[in-house]
Amino acid sequence: MSTQPKKIVVVGNGMVGHHFVDEMAKHEGYEITVLSAEDRLAYDRVHLSEYFSGKTADDLAMTTPAYYNEIGVKFFTNAKVTHIDKAAKIVTTEAGNTYAYDKLVMATGSYPFVPPIPGKERDHCLVYRTIQDLEDIQASAKAGKVGVVVGGGLLGLEAANALKELGLQTHVVEFAPQLMGVQLDKDGGALLRSMIEGIGVQVHTQKATNEIVDGEECVHRMNFADGSHLETDVILFSAGIRPYDNLAREFDLAVGERGGIVVDNNCKTSDENIYAIGECALWNNFIFGLVAPGYTMAKVTADNILGGEQQFTGADMSTKLKLMGMDVGSIGDAHARTEGCKSYVYSNQPDQIYKKIVVSADGKELLGAVLVGDTSEYDSLLQYALNGIELPDNPDGLILPSAGEKPTLGVDALPDTATICSCLNVTKGDIIAAIDCGAVDVGEVKSSTKAGSGCGGCAALLKKVTDHELEKRGVEISTDLCEHFTYSRVELFHIVKAEQIKTFDVLVEKHGSGLGCEICKPAVGSILASVWNDYILKSDHLSLQDTNDVFLGNMQKDGTYSVVPRMPGGEITPDKLIVIGEVAKEYNLYTKITGGQRIDLFGARVDQLPAIWKRLIDAGMETGHAYGKSLRTVKSCVGSTWCRYGQQDSMAMAIFLENRYKGLRSPHKIKFAVSGCTRECAEAQSKDIGVIATENGWNLYVSGNGGMKPRHGDLFATDLDDETLIKYIDRYLMFYVRTADRLTRTSVWLENLEGGLAYMEKIVKHDHLGINAELEKQMENVIDTYQCEWKTTIESTEQLKRFRQFVNSDTVDGNIEFVTERDQIRPAKGEEKKYGVQIQAVDVTPA
Amino acid sequence: MTTENTWQTICPTSALIKNSGVCALLANQEQVALFQVGNDTVYAVSNFDPFGKANVLYRGLIGETKGDIYVASPLLKQRFVLNSGACLDDDTFAIKTYETRVIDGQLEIFG
Repeated sequence: MSTQPKKIVVVGNGMVGHHFVDEMAKHEGYEITVLSAEDRLAYDRVHLSEYFSGKTADDLAMTTPAYYNEIGVKFFTNAKVTHIDKAAKIVTTEAGNTYAYDKLVMATGSYPFVPPIPGKERDHCLVYRTIQDLEDIQASAKAGKVGVVVGGGLLGLEAANALKELGLQTHVVEFAPQLMGVQLDKDGGALLRSMIEGIGVQVHTQKATNEIVDGEECVHRMNFADGSHLETDVILFSAGIRPYDNLAREFDLAVGERGGIVVDNNCKTSDENIYAIGECALWNNFIFGLVAPGYTMAKVTADNILGGEQQFTGADMSTKLKLMGMDVGSIGDAHARTEGCKSYVYSNQPDQIYKKIVVSADGKELLGAVLVGDTSEYDSLLQYALNGIELPDNPDGLILPSAGEKPTLGVDALPDTATICSCLNVTKGDIIAAIDCGAVDVGEVKSSTKAGSGCGGCAALLKKVTDHELEKRGVEISTDLCEHFTYSRVELFHIVKAEQIKTFDVLVEKHGSGLGCEICKPAVGSILASVWNDYILKSDHLSLQDTNDVFLGNMQKDGTYSVVPRMPGGEITPDKLIVIGEVAKEYNLYTKITGGQRIDLFGARVDQLPAIWKRLIDAGMETGHAYGKSLRTVKSCVGSTWCRYGQQDSMAMAIFLENRYKGLRSPHKIKFAVSGCTRECAEAQSKDIGVIATENGWNLYVSGNGGMKPRHGDLFATDLDDETLIKYIDRYLMFYVRTADRLTRTSVWLENLEGGLAYMEKIVKHDHLGINAELEKQMENVIDTYQCEWKTTIESTEQLKRFRQFVNSDTVDGNIEFVTERDQIRPAKGEEKKYGVQIQAVDVTPA
Repeated sequence: MTTENTWQTICPTSALIKNSGVCALLANQEQVALFQVGNDTVYAVSNFDPFGKANVLYRGLIGETKGDIYVASPLLKQRFVLNSGACLDDDTFAIKTYETRVIDGQLEIFG
């Protein structure tokens, strides 16, 4: 039979089963049916304990009936499969319903193991696995005072946390001598124990429970093998998991000696048409009790059904988690069991930190690690371990607290398997292959690998990797901006200033060639704006700007724009808020609060923008420059005005800074934040410029970054008064504007700057280059010539002409269509469009 | 369904924006992006971005590489050569191009 499989039946709808459905539903032509024994569709079991800290079953849900309907998946809850006819390829449920399949996917999961202790079936002896279990635990906890978790592994400690949150006096009883014996070594386990006991959870190790009988003060009494006992009202068993493999046993699929449905590298069971994934599957005699390997299995299975050749080849079991507020991490060979390996240990009792790394006999490879109390190095340690990156000479430097810089991983150290572009799944190896096949610059690498053609967030990393590889091959990396200018952005900046050049045409005629391109035009536009601060849509400059700047809004995927009025410091009066609401309602705009403490209105057609902005400006608002490579927001907390912890008036400072630097054009967007105290509610250390109040003034942090490659800001100066703070920011920012490459954030700029932070301190604090007066003057000029671009635009009849879709008609673009979701608009997808997509493109098949 | 193509009068040339784009609607409802490059040349190509699937190309930046003049899509920056419609970043795609002429200061498109 060579016909394509059509009917896919999935047994079980846990996280992994759902992931498979999601993967499979991406492909047309398959009829997917989900049979779930539970009465709920898939929910997030990893975050189950959050059910007790206020999350509802709906919050934990990973899918909804509506979603399955939307993607065309049939599903049945309370539909326990009781029979499989492998020859006829039919499954039957308890209720007697039958479902035919071409491919069957078993994702039945696992159940908690309850040790055979006499008394284990008493009331209030429970397990911790499903939402139903949580409801039972909640009910039992209401009636009791004391709770015990049997099992001190990862899940057991999660369960203990749940009991604690329910207000019970909590105990953990563990058979082994230490907690989390799988992931931690003895000393790590000991520290974790003392930390857990420090928050009031009692830990009993090396205890074997003989029986559970009636208690005197509590419901139960647990009698231990060593003669001791413990009284409790609730008992939770968390002593490991067992796969749900009874269907497989009953209908003759191969199962392992100790349970689990045997699968091969394709996740296929002993039957050609049946797959098993997740915690019910036994691969290489191993059951993976984590969700990530399950997801990989789901992907592999979907790929195989589609005729692909992906394989499941095991999974890394390293983990990093927060247990009861404590950081714990474990990588690879945590127990140092590899022959000849050596360990480095850092232990800090006062701060409750324990770190160990295990290295190979030759000291070159990282084999494992244990981190308790501080997991900040987990990510880079994991990269070393997974990719076999050679360790530095003194590997202990990786875990020691040090005053100076930690060794960081450069692009050279990234393995070929490292993903560079996650949208298109392009690895460093793919980029190298493209270069080996003749690509000689980033553009060519992009067009042959498609890297960077998704969200584009990897552009800087892609360039770094490409340049580095080219350099390794002896290719000279040109710092030329593009084919039209044989200068870098910094050099062009100097030319513009020195020769007082005010337009692109003059610059390209005197110092460049050709007509320019989408790289040099916006870059020069930005330089001209930073130096002269003209209205950016003046006719000389208009054709230089990216579309976001041309229409003063952020273009969305359907060609509509978003509208973001400025709200300095995130402060807004009720009256202005009402106007925003009215405008959003009148123009039917999707409304969302942004991460930068302001409001984003989506779905405005180009012809609607001027009228929308007129309303906002009439109400006293101005452009938020959300579209520009310029200052975005200054995030803030309320500071000493309202907050009982506040040290300074962070609100007033944030508003002052936002108004001071608004409109400044720069190589990339700039974000600020001001926090009123060291609690740092405004997250200033993740911003280009971060200001944190102290008792004596302000601490200044620079070059922090959220986004794709987060970076904590560096502490630049402490306890500054207002005046010095502003001077420092003026100088720092203007030096960045002058010297950074196009599209380079302050973080990458500083990291690549020769001399780094120390050099910047010399310049800004000690006027090392003797240019501070000039930097300040230039900043003053930008501040003095500020204008709200939207105000200027709506006051110009010439400009307003551009804001229509058609030069010869007043109709609007019929291809822009919306549908309603959660009571607001969103762009219609192709199949939802009434008129269909107007395809006016012609496919060209090369002859 | 085929319709006879004719020269259609679109707008006075003064309505074009130098080195930038505007969009025109043809009688058959096709959207055409118009770019005036320098003082004399007007290119006309489909306004539909086949990658982003939206009518936005007239809002792209005009660029030049090795003599080819192109528009870069404002969505994901794919470049389309204005006189041929060829995509420089993916040769399995191209967009439709149109002939233009100027009669008595009025721009006309054959479409």
